[in-house]
Parts: sequence; C-alpha cells; structure tokens
Amino acid sequence: MNINSIVDGVVQLIKKAEIELPDDVIQALKKAYEVEKGIARTQIAAILENIDLAKNSGRPMCQDTGIQTFFVEVGVDFPEINKLKEIITRGVKKATSEIPIRPNTVDPFSGVNHKDNTGSHVPYITWEFVNGDSVSINAFPKGGGSENMSKLGMLKPGVGIEGVKDFVVDEMIKAGGNPCPPTVVGVGIGGGADLSLKLGKKALLRPVGVRHKDKKIASIEEELIERINKSGIGPMGLGGKTTVLDVHIEMAHRHPASLPVGIAVQCWADRRAHMTIKKDGSWEVK
Amino acid sequence: MVEYHLNLPVKPDEIKRLKVGDILYVSGMVFTARDEAHHMMLEKKKDEIPFDPSVMGLYHCGPLMKKTKKGWNVVSAGPTTSSRMEIFEDRFIERFGIRLIIGKGGMGKNTQKALQKYMCVYTSYTGGAGALAAEKVENVKDVYWLEKLGMPEAIWLFKVKEFGPLIVAMDTHGKSIYKK
Repeated sequence: MNINSIVDGVVQLIKKAEIELPDDVIQALKKAYEVEKGIARTQIAAILENIDLAKNSGRPMCQDTGIQTFFVEVGVDFPEINKLKEIITRGVKKATSEIPIRPNTVDPFSGVNHKDNTGSHVPYITWEFVNGDSVSINAFPKGGGSENMSKLGMLKPGVGIEGVKDFVVDEMIKAGGNPCPPTVVGVGIGGGADLSLKLGKKALLRPVGVRHKDKKIASIEEELIERINKSGIGPMGLGGKTTVLDVHIEMAHRHPASLPVGIAVQCWADRRAHMTIKKDGSWEVK
Repeated sequence: MVEYHLNLPVKPDEIKRLKVGDILYVSGMVFTARDEAHHMMLEKKKDEIPFDPSVMGLYHCGPLMKKTKKGWNVVSAGPTTSSRMEIFEDRFIERFGIRLIIGKGGMGKNTQKALQKYMCVYTSYTGGAGALAAEKVENVKDVYWLEKLGMPEAIWLFKVKEFGPLIVAMDTHGKSIYKK
C-alpha cells in the first residue's frame, strides 16, 4: 500500500472541501437569491460570486479554512488501520503549505500558533468502526465564527419538546449576524452534555434539504426553519428572509433527569468533502 | 440606499453623509486588526505604531496569505466576526482616529457611541467572501508583528481598489441595521 499516495489523497480531500461547496448548498443559496430583495440580495449575490471565483481560481472560498475536522468510518478488515491517524495528520500539514490553508491551531496558554494546523487533539478525528475492508473519510473543516455560536442547554425535562424548540429559536436569534447567516443548524437532542453537542455537529454532515427519516423529527426541523427565518435576521444579519438554509436534528435517549440540547452552527460555507480508501490503498475523492 | 465610491482617507463630512443601508466601494489603504492586534496597539505608545492608522480603513480580518519570491500574496481575505473587538473598539477609534471600520456581524453599544462621537462608520462586508475580497486587493504593502502574532492575528496593510459591496450597518447618527 502506497502511504504517500493516500496522504496526497487527504490533501485532495481538504482542497476539495475548502474550494468547492457541495451542490446541495449551492442550490439552497441560489434559491435564497430568488426570494431575497435589496441588501439581503446583495449579500447572497456576493456569496454566489465568491463561490464561483473560489472554484475557478482554486483558492479557498473563505480565509478561515477552519479547524481540520474528520469523521472517519473504518472498515475493520482494512489492512493499515494503525497508519490512518498519521496519514490524516500528514495530509493536513501538507495541505497547509500546498493549497494553502490558514494556520489555525493556537496554544491556549501561550497564544503561539503551531503553524501547520496540527496540535494537541488536532486534526480532530471521530472514529467509527464498521464492517468491511474500506475506509470512508468525511472532511468537515469548521470555521471559528460559526463555532463560537455553539450552545449547550441542559434544559429541565418538564419544558418538553416545545421548550427545546424555543431554546433553539432563541439562541439562533441571539446569534444574529455573527455566524455568517444563512447558516445550517445542527441540533443534538438527548444523550449527555457532550453527546448532544457531538450529535449536533454530526447532524451537519447531512446534505441541505434532506429531512430526518423519522417524520415527527422531520416536521420539527421544518417548524424550526420557518420560525428562525421569520425572525428577519437575514443574510449576514442585515435583514431578510433567509437566516437558515436548513436545520438538522439528531437524537439520543436521555437520562430521566436531563434534557440536553446541543446546537452546532455552520456558516453558509458548509464545506464538506468525502474520500474512500480501498483495501489496496487506491482512493477516490468526491 | 445610496451607492458611493470613496477614496481612503475619507473626510469627516463624507462620513457624516453616510446612512444605514448605503452601499460603499472603497479604494486606498486598509489595515487588518483582530483581537490581539487591537490589544497590542492599545498597549503601545503612539510613536511605537509603525504606520498611520488614521488615514486607513480598519479591517476586521485574519487573512490567508502566501509568501512568494516577490513577497506576500493574498489568497483569501474576508471579514472576521466584529463583536469580538467590542471590548477594545471605542478606545481604538478615539486613540487612532479611525473613520471607517469593515467587519461582519455588527458591534455593541460602546462602539455605537464612539462612532457618533468621533465620526466613524461601521460597514459590513459579506462574511466568508474571502476569494472575492482577495480579488480587490491590489497589493500587500507591509506586515507587522507577524512572528509574534501569527498569520491571522498580524497587522497586514493592503492597498484595495473598489473594495465592496460594503453595507453601512452602523452610522454616525446613532442608527444600526441590526435587530436588537
């Protein structure tokens, strides 16, 4: 197995995520352009122009190229599982100078930038083991402006699902223009504090426009989209009809005494790309 | 909603004329400053600042830059979230004579008061539009404190042309476009 080739695959994966938005996001933004007027429309127009420019010039669409985040599904029969972490880390370092992407890892104590997008716990990788002999990697570079609008609510179970909805709507109104709306909002309901936030982030991997397979949850997603968009915050908080492109919910069973709600926010630059590595080391980025 | 094309530095009466909702395209010099740069500049004596902030636009931005043999190039340079600078901005406007701020997401009450008192406007540029912004930067004039602060936090001096569309989001008349 050619490890260097897979490292180059990771560089391609990051490049794809940073430079080209998934089609589902572009379609949602084009729809927003049709419904908006005035200042809101100028913002969506600038976003769409920026997306084209990034793709055509091969430069990252946003200067905040994010914390390099990966969700990895490892087939238990893949032959080089023990090399995967090193492969991803080497890919991140190489991508930093080659694409380039902004050095975004800072020591919280000294304030010193590590300069290569790696550091303690970064790149941030979530591992999941599945049957099979291939590896699937979702790259999800996460910007700081939207991450700063994350919220954890340890609600009283007595407030029920109505309380959960109000919490999400209130927090997104409070966030205003800060997370670069129109955003995609991921909501994790249940589990413990950490799990709800993790589910919220994982919910963001679902393409824009795809509803939860449980109809009850899907209708709550639709209600939240409508209520947040009615707030009028609009693109960049300058007023308008499109504050969110989508809301995705994931759930876990909760402790009887707890009702955790984790909100993860993704800016309009909802960057995602996918890579598959086969057992012989060949790879494909989509 | 009026569209203006302004050259930096802008005169106080030009700034006073601007109203919330107006659209600007600016040409001239801007300097980038995020949290660390604001903090550092406020701690220094005025003669320790190696450039004149009063003739430039203040750009809340941590750009992605690339060094080539000919010098620094801008790769991507959209605005960063302005609310992080709220704790410094009123003192910063007063001390350095800032007339034009470019950022995103809006700022708070203290900045709003300082905008009125010292004739300065806060404008919003489209967040995330890093590639678009980079196209409007003609050249990189200088960089300060790069080693100490790192690429995103360092102060970069850009010469920009027709930089925009910038939306006047908080003006000198106490008005703000943002929902309370």
